[in-house]
Amino acid sequence: MTTQAATEIRKTALNSAHRRLGAKMVNFGGWDMPLEYTGILSEHDAVRTRAGLFDVSHMGEIEIRGSAALELVQWVTCNDASKLAIGQAQYSGLMTDAGTFVDDLLVHKISDTHYLLCVNAANQEGDFDHILAHDRFGAKAENTGSRYSQLAIQGPRAKDILQRLTPVPLDSIRYYHFTFGDVSGVRCLIARTGYTGEDGFEIYFDPAFSEKLWADLLNAGEQDGLIPCGLGARNTLRLEAGMCLYGHEIDAQTTPLEAGLGWICKLGKGAFLGSEVLADQKKNRIPRKLVGFEMLDKRIARDCYPVLIDGSEAGRVTSGAPSPSLKKNIGMAYVPPESGTLGAEIAVSIRGQAAPARITPIPAYKRPQ
Amino acid sequence: MYPADYRYTEEHEWIKVDSGVGTVGITDYAQNELGDVVFVELPKVGAQLKTGQSFGTVESVKAVSEIFSPVSGEVLEINSLLVDSPEKINSDPHGAAWLVKVKLADPREIDPLMDAAAYQKFTAEKAQEHSA
Repeated sequence: MTTQAATEIRKTALNSAHRRLGAKMVNFGGWDMPLEYTGILSEHDAVRTRAGLFDVSHMGEIEIRGSAALELVQWVTCNDASKLAIGQAQYSGLMTDAGTFVDDLLVHKISDTHYLLCVNAANQEGDFDHILAHDRFGAKAENTGSRYSQLAIQGPRAKDILQRLTPVPLDSIRYYHFTFGDVSGVRCLIARTGYTGEDGFEIYFDPAFSEKLWADLLNAGEQDGLIPCGLGARNTLRLEAGMCLYGHEIDAQTTPLEAGLGWICKLGKGAFLGSEVLADQKKNRIPRKLVGFEMLDKRIARDCYPVLIDGSEAGRVTSGAPSPSLKKNIGMAYVPPESGTLGAEIAVSIRGQAAPARITPIPAYKRPQ
Repeated sequence: MYPADYRYTEEHEWIKVDSGVGTVGITDYAQNELGDVVFVELPKVGAQLKTGQSFGTVESVKAVSEIFSPVSGEVLEINSLLVDSPEKINSDPHGAAWLVKVKLADPREIDPLMDAAAYQKFTAEKAQEHSA
């Protein structure tokens, strides 16, 4: 049963479409979202082998405008947004002054004076307040989450399906790039991004057209086996692909260096929120390390289970689940850096028993090239 | 949907008693709530179960669910089919995917459990709470 009052729960413009499809709904960060339609395994498989369509309209959008837009983005995020070309996106972290995550996000450069940030649903108000509080540059930040619906079409058939509905040559949009164009006659921001480890696109548009685009995409992809997919499959897909989830691998107690995200930590770009802490960690000692692991028997490690090294607790599982693509049980966990060697044997405490596991590379799954 | 000769618990287990031996499983409602089942952990033959106590787990892709014993008694048999085919719980929860057979310590223990009609009503109310 939900603990939040029913009146507080938020709904995307596709809520009734999900219910018509018989989706099992779940409260995700205060949003009433589809967990699964036909089942997590079949939806996961569709994305890996054909294509899946996700309603991710709960994701937040924050837009930064003005001549100081870049300065503000550079100050509050750890990646180097000055390297972005117009029409390019980057994965980044919104930092506290301790170099930990307020949130993780995608930064899209729309023009020299306009950036669109895509942030986590549950964090969008906090992110916006944080950005406002640190805007000493005179940029204009606006929380525009309610002006966008977002759909993700992901999988090896995604490009061909989407191409049927748009005149934009999708081959011209490279990975982590975007453009504006019509999909089914509706103006969209079309980005070649995703959270599944597969090729695919995320499109942002006026919520008034949500039902139309949802239905048109499902129709256009029916012959290819495109099916609607929920947050359950989204989680197993991103876990296999080694992507972090806020509240699990990363949070306000975690730095990007600890999370293995040194590649989004551009200490050479000049000072930013938390950069001193990050520089110090990098120079001296990163206190813990995010690792991947696989279970060596049939038991399944779950979020928050203790990790045992030489019999004593040395960390916690951040995400753990069966991997439908790899047919084994996998996860990610924090361990002391000296214990994080690839191939090392660890154990996960499952209902009081030590279950053996082995440290493996992140990501666990890479799509065939 | 729910066999008339079974009894049901509020934790969504079923039990069918035949000559003092109870066959125990989880209900269709429970499997539907869990989603795709991928792993089942059962007690050993000979284990003593106690009413209302957890005796194993059923895990789906998304969640872990403990199974509570509807009765006290000794485990006579476990369903080895579920080791390699846990997904049977989704396709045949009231039949092939039974979990354990138990020798009842006290056959009267099933008397307070719900019958099929009462359980049907119980799950319908649960479903309403969910959609509210």
